[in-house]
Amino acid sequence: MLKISKKAEMPKKQEAVIRTIAILLSILCAGLVIMILGFNPVTVFGQIILGALGTEMRIQQTVIKAVPLLITSLGILVAFKMKFWNIGGEGQIMMGAFGASLVALNVPATWPAPLTLFVMAACAMLCGGFWAFIPAFFKGRFGTNETIFTLMMNYIAIKWVTYLQYGPWKDPGSQGFPKIATFEDNAILPKLFGVHIGWIIALILVVLVYIFINHTKKGFEITVVGESVETARYAGMNINSIIIISMLISGGLCGLTGMIQASAIERTLTSSLSGGYGFTAIITTWLGRLSPPIILFVCLAFAILLQGGAYLQISMAVPSSVAYMIQGIILFFVLGSEFFLQYKIVRTHNTEKKEVA
Amino acid sequence: MQSNIAIQMENISKTFGVVKANEDVNLTVYNSEVHALLGENGAGKSTLMNMLSGIYTPDSGSIFIQGQEVHFSSPKDSIALGIGMIHQHFKLVDVLTAKENIILGQKSGVFTKGKDLTKRVREISDRYGLDINPDKKVYDMSVGEKQTLEIIKVLYRGAKILIMDEPTAVLTPQEIKRLFQIIRNMREQGCAVVIITHKLNEVKAISDRITVLRKGRSIETVETEKVGIPNLIEMMVGKKVDLAIEKKLIDDKKPLLDLDNVLVIDNEKKHALEDVSFTLYGGEILGVAGVAGSGQKELCETIAGLTHAEKGRIYFEGDNIIGKTPRDIIRLGIRMGFIPEDRLGMGLVGSMDIVHNIILKDYQNQPGIFLKRAGCTEKANKIVKKLDIQTPSIYSPVKKLSGGNIQKVLLGREIDSDPKVLITAYPVRGLDIGASYKIYDLLNEQKEKGVGVLFIGEDLDVLIDLCDRILVLCNGRVTGIVDPSKVTKEEIGLLMTGGSMEQEDA
Repeated sequence: MLKISKKAEMPKKQEAVIRTIAILLSILCAGLVIMILGFNPVTVFGQIILGALGTEMRIQQTVIKAVPLLITSLGILVAFKMKFWNIGGEGQIMMGAFGASLVALNVPATWPAPLTLFVMAACAMLCGGFWAFIPAFFKGRFGTNETIFTLMMNYIAIKWVTYLQYGPWKDPGSQGFPKIATFEDNAILPKLFGVHIGWIIALILVVLVYIFINHTKKGFEITVVGESVETARYAGMNINSIIIISMLISGGLCGLTGMIQASAIERTLTSSLSGGYGFTAIITTWLGRLSPPIILFVCLAFAILLQGGAYLQISMAVPSSVAYMIQGIILFFVLGSEFFLQYKIVRTHNTEKKEVA
Repeated sequence: MQSNIAIQMENISKTFGVVKANEDVNLTVYNSEVHALLGENGAGKSTLMNMLSGIYTPDSGSIFIQGQEVHFSSPKDSIALGIGMIHQHFKLVDVLTAKENIILGQKSGVFTKGKDLTKRVREISDRYGLDINPDKKVYDMSVGEKQTLEIIKVLYRGAKILIMDEPTAVLTPQEIKRLFQIIRNMREQGCAVVIITHKLNEVKAISDRITVLRKGRSIETVETEKVGIPNLIEMMVGKKVDLAIEKKLIDDKKPLLDLDNVLVIDNEKKHALEDVSFTLYGGEILGVAGVAGSGQKELCETIAGLTHAEKGRIYFEGDNIIGKTPRDIIRLGIRMGFIPEDRLGMGLVGSMDIVHNIILKDYQNQPGIFLKRAGCTEKANKIVKKLDIQTPSIYSPVKKLSGGNIQKVLLGREIDSDPKVLITAYPVRGLDIGASYKIYDLLNEQKEKGVGVLFIGEDLDVLIDLCDRILVLCNGRVTGIVDPSKVTKEEIGLLMTGGSMEQEDA
């Protein structure tokens, strides 16, 4: 008979070993699946790397995919640190994009670009933050479940933008095609090294969020609330205000992703703009163990997989969903390894005794 | 006098992770015997009994019941052999009646035969001197009644061996007397009763023999009549312990905290506190006694500003503090340490280290938006040194410390801020004897400094020894403030149950 029992806490080194084994196993397992599909796994993995990092242009594409993932992850991190399960990244990105578009489509084209972009970013963060504030407020006031609430808010945001796209904001110049007008040049993020400057913003945010969580009083309060609400209450913290502030930050960061995507990638507002980043970011945040530096690497790895997967389709006619499958397999193994970090499986010696009885 | 052996456990060992909960434990219990299992928290008493009731399986060793070797794979097996366990936390369904709780989980026909059942319950009740109304709903019952119901439930299933895990922890002195009478009746009927406890007076009062456990090992089995309390303590702790709590009287007392007619209504719209008025002086320890859930928590939280008072005033050095935020109240010098049942829940963050747990109460007074750790590191070192906290470093998570050390961190932090009023609820909960006395010393030290200490306690003996005055709560009302040198435990017990004279005959 096998039995599961709790393990003593293990040293950091051993933890790292188990996690590495998990990642290696996941790659092995992904390789098997690729073989079953009839491809050579070594070539496929090679093509993924090549597709993501092979040329300067591909690297730029990978970075473009990593940026929204990273900023959204940082936003989600702030909420998760408090054990507030913000599943509403998609909606907050959408509302951020809406806020940015509201500015971009209405200010005169004569405004200097830095001013326009700054106002767009501010408005995007306000809108994203507001979208996160609503569930936070209800949670504090009525104890509603934030998981369901934030999830539902996604659909409201997406449908709201769809409505705008097909209705009031439809570009009259698009000959009936349901599309919102393209932004003027002063609302487009400039580029540095061939990639829009969102990547610089993302890197700065990694540092800022790290400092915020680890070295500010607010960050400390958020961590304490996440660990134990009762302890926070007994320490005299105002829990509702902490929840609301951290959700404003969380939603604000997601909103900023929306602004970057609207301005630099789509150059307009579309209902497909969030592109699933709000959900993928949940995975990267979790895999990054709520630590900004680790999240940076996880997001890069995911972006490589996404970009490489897209390339596979062209180079080897492998469906790009293979990349998603690999993602899923990695996630399965890494999260599964958490079990082995905490528990061990032992053989019980019941068999011989049973005979006696 | 004992004829046959009811339980024999030989060389029982059980390991959880790296913790050896039991190691080569031997225990023999006879029929018609009340056997006390004595030991400090974490000595392995509950683990041992859980193996006897089939909840855990031992890693090695053998168990004999009435001479037969047994191997339990689930509690069902042990129930079938007539072993019944009464847990510390009652396992009853609130919305069902006593009768329904008794037959719950029993194999029976589709329909329960109400009348037969009532008859059988009455039979059992009469035989053992238990008193219960079979049709009363559990939510209407007092703690004592619930316990009686648990006992009947076990007896109904045919138990001849009863295990009771800390049965007196939640009872008033009167209820304890009654319980002991029931236990004696059971002994006369031939049952073997095992009582797990760490209260020595009760052990002396009820048991025939005592087995002492220490650090997972069985130390000795003795006959109760032939052993004195100091000896038992030595066996439990492993060394001689001085058990005197010194009580110094401070002459110059000035009122610090004045509660006037405080009314608190809880979430269920019940009056958690009603007409509570009392004065806490500097330089005294005011004890609060009461059955669990009589309003102790609400009292602490209201003073600390965590719970809103509907009515009444709380004056601190002349100012009404009702309506002030918890933060303001902390700044005024009112500090609270509340040890909940899980010990960590309310005062400390388990995953954080000592430094950060000290920052918890300190950071609000720091200027700016950044967290400064330097001062608190010093403080942490000071507290660890002063209170002799056993920890690998000030940077290891507090949840890895032992219970006593965790509580020292909590109390040390509150004391370090030089409070004027110190509210401390259950500060020795789960502590071993030595650690408990260190905590009492700390409280006495604060008292001598002129601090007003409000001490919410569980153990009446301790309250009487330690406190200058004892306030008794019953259902959220103050039923009396007494001088411990002038009252008996029974009198306090009466106040705890609202001052009625029932159950005196027990």
